[in-house]
Amino acid sequence: MTGYWSMLFVFVLATFIGLGVIRRVSRLLYTPLMSLTNAISAIAVVGSLTVAGGDYPRVIRILGAVALFASMTNIVSGFLITDRMLKMFKKQ
Amino acid sequence: MIAEIGQFAAIAATALFIFALNWMNDPKTARRGVYAGVIGMTVAVGATWIQPGIVHHGAILLAIAAGFIVGVPLSRVPLTAVPQRTALSHAFGGLAAGLVGTAEFFLWQHEGPENFTTFRMSALVVEVILGFLTFTGSLMATGKLQEVKWIPQRPVTYPGQNVVNLGVLAGAVVLGVLVVLNPTAAWASNAFLGVAGLALLFGVLLVIPIGGADMPTVISILNSYAGLSAVAMGFVLNSALLVTAGALDGSSGLILSIIMCRAMNRSFTNVLFGAFGTVAKVKTGGEQKVWKQESVEGASQLLEQANLVVVIPGYGMAVAQAQHKVQELYDQLTKRGVSVKFAIHPVAGRMPGHMNVLLAEANIPYSALVEMEEINPEMPQCDVALVIGANDVVNPAARYAKDSPIYGMPIIDADKAKTVLAIKRSKNPGFAGIDNELYVQDNTWMLFGDAKSVIGDLVKQFVGGGLH
Repeated sequence: MTGYWSMLFVFVLATFIGLGVIRRVSRLLYTPLMSLTNAISAIAVVGSLTVAGGDYPRVIRILGAVALFASMTNIVSGFLITDRMLKMFKKQ
Repeated sequence: MIAEIGQFAAIAATALFIFALNWMNDPKTARRGVYAGVIGMTVAVGATWIQPGIVHHGAILLAIAAGFIVGVPLSRVPLTAVPQRTALSHAFGGLAAGLVGTAEFFLWQHEGPENFTTFRMSALVVEVILGFLTFTGSLMATGKLQEVKWIPQRPVTYPGQNVVNLGVLAGAVVLGVLVVLNPTAAWASNAFLGVAGLALLFGVLLVIPIGGADMPTVISILNSYAGLSAVAMGFVLNSALLVTAGALDGSSGLILSIIMCRAMNRSFTNVLFGAFGTVAKVKTGGEQKVWKQESVEGASQLLEQANLVVVIPGYGMAVAQAQHKVQELYDQLTKRGVSVKFAIHPVAGRMPGHMNVLLAEANIPYSALVEMEEINPEMPQCDVALVIGANDVVNPAARYAKDSPIYGMPIIDADKAKTVLAIKRSKNPGFAGIDNELYVQDNTWMLFGDAKSVIGDLVKQFVGGGLH
């Protein structure tokens, strides 16, 4: 039971950190912010990886592999496009 | 030992993700944030992959390769298409969460009922509902933004719509509660699939009544949902890393949603259940004021003689891909000693920060981009307000017309400038059907045409024409 409570604990604390950090993000960068947080939340890739690569029935592994593909797409395109956009924000 | 490596990697990745977001507070350090994110992600994936439970590597390699094949082209879309790419990535995030949740449910069924604790089951149902509704909702948003033919751009509404929508959501929740309470029942699998199906349907119904002007808010809300579905996955898999990263994404989406709503003076529920475009009324009767048209020559003279020009870009600039021409105009004017500023409304465009990115792409220094609150006190000193494809965000009706759908929305005070030049694609009333009296003001001059060609013509006046 304690495991679940500590997870809720982590969730609450992480939300406060998130609110604090995001509030300070420059308004110029809201579009790259969204693609960056999207890439970061594709950390769901670790869940997909466990399901896709585990010793499980084939159907389950296929679901995992599709999820892995979706997360991986977000990681690759999310980080690349964020960097591409941020490169453009240079001061003259 | 390998398990400890996994735990340590998770902690390191969490720290790197927080740093990544922290560095986004300034354009100077922001790129560091991307590197921190990439390192955190690589560490987390690597440490998960080497765990002894992972035995099927072929499928993993294949899925990762496919992710690169699709992901790389998606990162190279033109910047005007960034809103739909973002919506699509929310769809992928939701899909991953929904599929992992579904896989876990059947896995637990397969491995034994001791997995079905109430807490884990509740988290699983939340994960699947949020994941799948984000998936279809974001796909709908992507389709609308991309202007896919068979998805209606205009808000689709019908009587009893909210009752139907809430009914579908309530159905999913009730079925979900039944599954949580009876996870081992014979009908539980079918009920679970029912939850997934209703969530998929709800996503479509949720976004169908939403029009283009509300997209910045909707994208932010879907961003928040995608993050929360990752949090729920973290509860299911007992992973603090997932919970943290999801919470960071969720809170980012939440803050952006609040900012977008405030910038339109609307509430969440109003955006989601209030179908914007349908309220627009056609005003009849009363004196019909007419607009005055200005020639390109006249407009360029006005611009050249100005001390302060404030450019107010909107979605029309993005549609016409006019940002590079705008930059040429900016160069010509600043060369002649005219001070040029860009007034950015929070909801201009189709997603938060859309205008900033487009103008930055065109090499306009970000010090020239000014937020609405800062530019408004300066507007009475502004000689020429140049409105490029913006409409609602400069409509003075927002200040007093109580029956207008945009009443109460903070606007950029373009009407207070000494002269207003407005570039507009057609002579018809705007897409939303709301009349904009800014266009018929005494000091407003219209330039009709595609933003890119009109500004191109203006630039020609400065480069080769009579002005020098």
